[in-house]
Amino acid sequence: MTTTNFEQLEKELLEAVAAAGDLVTLEDVRVTALGKKGRISELMKGLGGLEPDERKAVGQAVNGLKTRVSDALSARKDMLHEAELSQRLANEQADITLPPREGPLSEGRIHPVSQVMDEITEIFADMGFAIAEGPDIETDYHNFGALNIPDEHPARQEHDTFYFNEREDGSRLVLRTHTSPVQIRTMENNDPPVRVIAPGRVYRCDSDQTHTPMFHQVEGLVIDEVTHMGHLKWVVDAFCRAFFEVDEVKMRFRASHFPFTEPSMEVDVGYAKVGDEVRIGEGDDWLEILGCGMVHPNVLRNVGYDPARVQGFAFGMGIDRLAMLKYGMPDLRPFFGADLRWLKHYGFGVLDVPTLARGMSS
Amino acid sequence: MKFTLGWLKEHLETDATLDALLDKLTLIGLEVEEVFDPANALAPFTVGEVLKAERHPDADKLQVCQVKTADGTVQVVCGAPNARDGLKGVFAPPGTYVPGIDMELKVAKIRGVESHGMLLSERELEISDEHKGIIELDAAAEVGAPVAGLLGLDDPVIEIAITPNRPDCLGVRGIARDLAAAGMGTLKDDPVKPVSGTFDCPVAVELEFDADTADACPAFSGRLVKGVKNGPSPDWLQNRLKAIGLRPINALADITNYIAYDRGRPLHVYDADKLAGAVRARMAKTGEEFLALDGDTYKVDETMCVIADDSGVLGLGGIIGGESSGCSDETVNVFIESAYFDPIRIAATGRKLNLMSDARYRFERGVDPAFVVPGIEYAMQMVLDLCGGEASNVTVAGTPPEEARIIEFDTSEVMRLTGVELAQSEMKEALVALGFWLSGHGPAYKVSIPTWRPDVSQPADLVEEIIRIVGVDQIDPAPIARVDGVARPVLTTAQKRARMARRLLAGRGLVEAVTWSFIPRDTAEAFGGGRDVLELANPISSDLSSMRPSLLPGLAAAAQRNHDRGFADAALFEIGQAYRGDAPEDQYFAAAGVRSGTATLNGAGRHWSGAGRPADLFDVKADALAVLDAMGYAASAQAARSAPAWFHPGRSGVLQLGPQTVLAHFGELHPRVLDRLGIDGPVAAFEIFLDALPEPKRSSRTRPALDVTDLQLVRRDFAFLVDHGVAAGDLLRAARGAEKTLISDVTLFDVFTGQGVPEGKKSLAIEVTLSPREKTLTDAEIDAVSDKVVSAVTKATGGELRA
Repeated sequence: MTTTNFEQLEKELLEAVAAAGDLVTLEDVRVTALGKKGRISELMKGLGGLEPDERKAVGQAVNGLKTRVSDALSARKDMLHEAELSQRLANEQADITLPPREGPLSEGRIHPVSQVMDEITEIFADMGFAIAEGPDIETDYHNFGALNIPDEHPARQEHDTFYFNEREDGSRLVLRTHTSPVQIRTMENNDPPVRVIAPGRVYRCDSDQTHTPMFHQVEGLVIDEVTHMGHLKWVVDAFCRAFFEVDEVKMRFRASHFPFTEPSMEVDVGYAKVGDEVRIGEGDDWLEILGCGMVHPNVLRNVGYDPARVQGFAFGMGIDRLAMLKYGMPDLRPFFGADLRWLKHYGFGVLDVPTLARGMSS
Repeated sequence: MKFTLGWLKEHLETDATLDALLDKLTLIGLEVEEVFDPANALAPFTVGEVLKAERHPDADKLQVCQVKTADGTVQVVCGAPNARDGLKGVFAPPGTYVPGIDMELKVAKIRGVESHGMLLSERELEISDEHKGIIELDAAAEVGAPVAGLLGLDDPVIEIAITPNRPDCLGVRGIARDLAAAGMGTLKDDPVKPVSGTFDCPVAVELEFDADTADACPAFSGRLVKGVKNGPSPDWLQNRLKAIGLRPINALADITNYIAYDRGRPLHVYDADKLAGAVRARMAKTGEEFLALDGDTYKVDETMCVIADDSGVLGLGGIIGGESSGCSDETVNVFIESAYFDPIRIAATGRKLNLMSDARYRFERGVDPAFVVPGIEYAMQMVLDLCGGEASNVTVAGTPPEEARIIEFDTSEVMRLTGVELAQSEMKEALVALGFWLSGHGPAYKVSIPTWRPDVSQPADLVEEIIRIVGVDQIDPAPIARVDGVARPVLTTAQKRARMARRLLAGRGLVEAVTWSFIPRDTAEAFGGGRDVLELANPISSDLSSMRPSLLPGLAAAAQRNHDRGFADAALFEIGQAYRGDAPEDQYFAAAGVRSGTATLNGAGRHWSGAGRPADLFDVKADALAVLDAMGYAASAQAARSAPAWFHPGRSGVLQLGPQTVLAHFGELHPRVLDRLGIDGPVAAFEIFLDALPEPKRSSRTRPALDVTDLQLVRRDFAFLVDHGVAAGDLLRAARGAEKTLISDVTLFDVFTGQGVPEGKKSLAIEVTLSPREKTLTDAEIDAVSDKVVSAVTKATGGELRA
């Protein structure tokens, strides 16, 4: 083969490479040039039949040819690849404004009552309170008698009790009107010291804008040999600051009366209304949030405790009401209406888990 | 309990401001609910003097007055006949709102003459119906001064909440005593003095009780006044009663109402000329009835204490009097009753008859037994003062229960229960000021309880009295003891499970609801409930009468309400209690949910990426399994076809550890049940019985070592033809069990009926994954496992490998 032939072949091949418009054609060109029976491959095979001197010169020329064609093929391949990708990408234009499915995590909600119970639990757990529970359907004794509320006492009238029908023995069960019977059951089944809270459903035969026949309370009970009203005040204050997530809460303790505590107090928190927002802990208006007191000696006697030896406090507050104060629901009734619009608006996200480390609310 | 500041000051000598008194009331347990100062409403109205009143040029009945006011002399056109020179009246300038005519005054021309304001009548000021002329104030009134005081309408009205333990504060004097003890002044001397009679009471008083009912009315005193003149009571008395919302009736009735509020002592007055024979307190007889002063007729029975004479029942003692013996303006001879009634019987009677009165309210809380006779003296003095007449002597039957009550009290109890250290003298003073008598030397005293304090019976009560009067604001917060180190976890397994289930279900797109614990009875019956013992005796409505047997009916109804509002795709859950019976152990705790419409895990409703499909039993089975999985029971739970009757018989099941341990129900609700509840189906539902889950076995926190190899997994597909009734779960279990060491997973990827599958059969296609343990599997080994899978499935299901 002459030098001219080499040049001719190289020209042909390089033109074919340049002319290849897609990767398939280019592969054909590669096979034509460098395949097993390709034209350059044939030349390489032919080298064996040459004289050593000639073989060296021609070999160099063929190798040079092979290298240049290979490089051209490779460059062309890269270029075609890039062009094809660009073409593909140009066709792959999604409408990125299309809304995706939100997914279950953003659909689901936790009811505000559950969320607030979790907050309350978190705070009291830190102070060493366990969670006690009791039945909704209670005996008259646990709901009233053991709590120092005798039959026909006017305090009973304030309870708007739901009754079940009288049984053969003349007794009648009630729906618990407060979480206080859980105090009794806890003390009946445990020796002091006791430190529990008891959140749960309670029932009153009453219904208007601010009352529903069912609502939620949380009861607190501490019994040991030293706890006094100063401790009660500290716990209430610590709870309110943690729950409302403020450094200071303006609070007012005032004497009151509950049959099951003696002495008794009610607690108000200061608030200010700024627009629709209720700011807890500041301002000149007062909201009652809690009733409390030292557990009445009669109650301690009723559960077999010795009031000369053990003492302690109890408190009770409305969970729904705490939720309304903190999160601004204006009305109690929708809490129990299961209206998806309300639940989605006032409910909490799945991952919004109150902890001491991150805070009660996100 | 309402009273006015002026009324309070009749019993309390004080320089304290109104605000200071209000704050103190609230602090010591007499919570102020509302304060109304009528002077505020009257503030725009001032004294104006008519300098000259002349006939209006164009109207006979109008006068043109030159009125001297705080802002100079103005011209006022006035229609009142009594407008005249020198009259001092109530002037309202332009811009003032006049309540009686519901209008804001403007400068106006009346028949061509300009009028700059108005002189007002009592009706225009809304202080009475009087409208004959304009108000005439005292001639000494200063022009421009506010009129509220001159009209006697500057006495603030205070309303406080009285807790049931404080009957003594249902009288103004009791409130004054508390305030005096709390350092707000001094309690004035009791004005009540005995009034001597000039003749013996001609009306006999008798107590007719058995031994077991004698305590219904242990004391009854009576007294007659001859020759009274009844009629309207004086202004001061009417004003006080009106201020606290009572309607003045006549002097005799007003006196009893006044004393009820002044001293917490209910009384009753009878027209003595309408009485027949002796007045007796006795238990009623069944069948008796009487017409009460409230206009209603009450049937009384033998549990109720009545006052009667020869004619029959006159009234319910301590609750309400009767029409037949009531006083009127014509009453000349009055019989006054002051008695003591048993609080418990009063409460029971009032409740039975649904009858509330000021008297019942006081007696059922406990009136001062020592004030029976003083009460009648007080009433007598007022009757003589206001109505004249001649008093008889007092006649008394029985004796009130005023035995001495003495408590041993160690003042160290105050420190023990309140944490506040007080001086002996301070504690003693507080008690003495409240009427307690102390003997002995501190810290141990004998304390005698005043008769008006039925609520005090033991040392803790005295601690309350002391800290209440000293002020609960004096208690310093004290930290409670805390565990050493970091706080310990406190939740029980059940509580942890409830919390986990809640977040998990919400994470599956369900929205948590809280629905009523009581539901309509027919709904309860449809869900296996509605037993008589779970029926409320006094439900708030028939829709809320039956304790729920399951959480599902409330959720299904909630889904329907959302459907009706235009939200047909509802995924709701609730975690709470339901009731199988009325015993504590019959209450169970469940996590339940419903999915309606297309509310599936992947999203509801139409969407460009693919429309949601209707939620079905597999969506809720997945929910239930997800919860059980989180509790560690998904693998051991077996599905069985034994869901209760409120589920679709073919599309429902239970998940159980065994027939005795059902963990969950799932499936579509029965179409007939939905129909009965008016719910548009289908609704898929699950209910997980959280407290049926066994307590987990305490295991090590250390996880077993991870056991994996890098050898190539082998996957093989098999399709089996089985009878239509064969459960896929059985087939999967058989396949999984065919070779325990190599088969790591079996999934069902196709269920097919139709072309190529004979009638009555179905094709189930599974993918079996083999995980080699030590070396790559040979074809022969793989074939051997495949043969085991086929024979195991065939043996378990009768199915055959599809060609």
